[in-house]
Amino acid sequence: MQMKSMEFTVGLFVVAGLLALAMLALKVGNIHMLGAGQTYTVTADFNNIGSLKSKAPVTVAGVRVGQVAAITVNPVTYRAVVTLDILKKYRFPRDSSASIVTAGLLGEQYVSLSPGGSRHNLKNGGKIRITQSAIVLEQIISQLLYSKAGHS
Amino acid sequence: MSAMTRVTAGIQRLGRRAIDGTNRLGRATLFLVRLVPGLGAILLRARLIVQQLYMTGVLTLVIILVSGAFVGMILALEGYNTLVKYDAQSSLGLLVALSLTRELGPVLTALLFAGRAGSALTAEIGLMKATEQLAGMEMMAVDPLVRVVAPRFWAGWIAVPLLAMIFTAVGILGAYVVAVGALGLDGGVFWSQMQSGVSVTNDVIGGLIKSVVFGFVISWIAVFEGYDAKPTSEGVSRATTRTVVSSSLAILGLDFIMTAFMLRGL
Repeated sequence: MQMKSMEFTVGLFVVAGLLALAMLALKVGNIHMLGAGQTYTVTADFNNIGSLKSKAPVTVAGVRVGQVAAITVNPVTYRAVVTLDILKKYRFPRDSSASIVTAGLLGEQYVSLSPGGSRHNLKNGGKIRITQSAIVLEQIISQLLYSKAGHS
Repeated sequence: MSAMTRVTAGIQRLGRRAIDGTNRLGRATLFLVRLVPGLGAILLRARLIVQQLYMTGVLTLVIILVSGAFVGMILALEGYNTLVKYDAQSSLGLLVALSLTRELGPVLTALLFAGRAGSALTAEIGLMKATEQLAGMEMMAVDPLVRVVAPRFWAGWIAVPLLAMIFTAVGILGAYVVAVGALGLDGGVFWSQMQSGVSVTNDVIGGLIKSVVFGFVISWIAVFEGYDAKPTSEGVSRATTRTVVSSSLAILGLDFIMTAFMLRGL
């Protein structure tokens, strides 16, 4: 009897430990977004990505539909090539556009997709041609200062 | 002349300490090598491991739950105070989750475990040696390394990663209670920032690897110190102290090394 109840508590302990690991993986770490086979990849070239990082969200109308998989530089054009993982259940027209926007004034940057009107959808490995680069705050401030100086 | 002899004596003492330390490390390694066959053999009698898992793991659960909850709540309060200056309190969940999964969960669990269960392991084995129970087992052709040491080693090694995961999960829940309940943060932002910033492969699995290593080291030090203790009451008390001190130092040193390697992506 003594041994049985001890085994029971040890079993509970092991279950609690595994549940905690599952919670960390699913609730905290969001493992289901990483699932290969559930996403397809498209690329988009940007002139300037600002401070976009991999794993940043990809959204449509503010709803998360994927994440940034990788960011590299095209050695010929010197533009940033951003690879996006998008969930398979969301399909987008081929002439959709991508822009890098900031959540709040100083928040994290993410990729926002705007669907186009084409009848053909983006395929795995496809490319988004219309892009809008990140807004770099320093550039806007310096432009503002120069334009003010020009007026006076 | 006397100053000269004092310096020589000091250097001599230092040398003796270095030799003693290396000697201990060598004996501990040989002990581990002798223990390995026992680790395999005891798996056939898993009941003994379960018994030890109760003594080391389940009975440590209370201190882990309470400390985990409080560490999470403190992190939330401190983090909020700083983040709110930059209007970045939405990142509080991420801050808490990363600190707990990567560092605080594995390290604090290991330190608490060394103090609560590691010392008890050493004292128990040391006292068995002092009261000649281990010698008695050998007389009956029972290998104490298999019957006594191996199940305790396994139990410690299994318990630490499980406890670390529980510590981390409870800490995050504690932070959630303070952040959303007391500080008025939005619950959805708390979780979504966390999910977009915490990587399962780097952060969660990295923390798990750390705690597995810590569990191995603590169990090793604890059973070695107990088995190696002088069979007197003073010897057992010294061995217990040594277990806590050396495992704490080993945990922090190893943590630094592992963090350095993990951040470089190796």
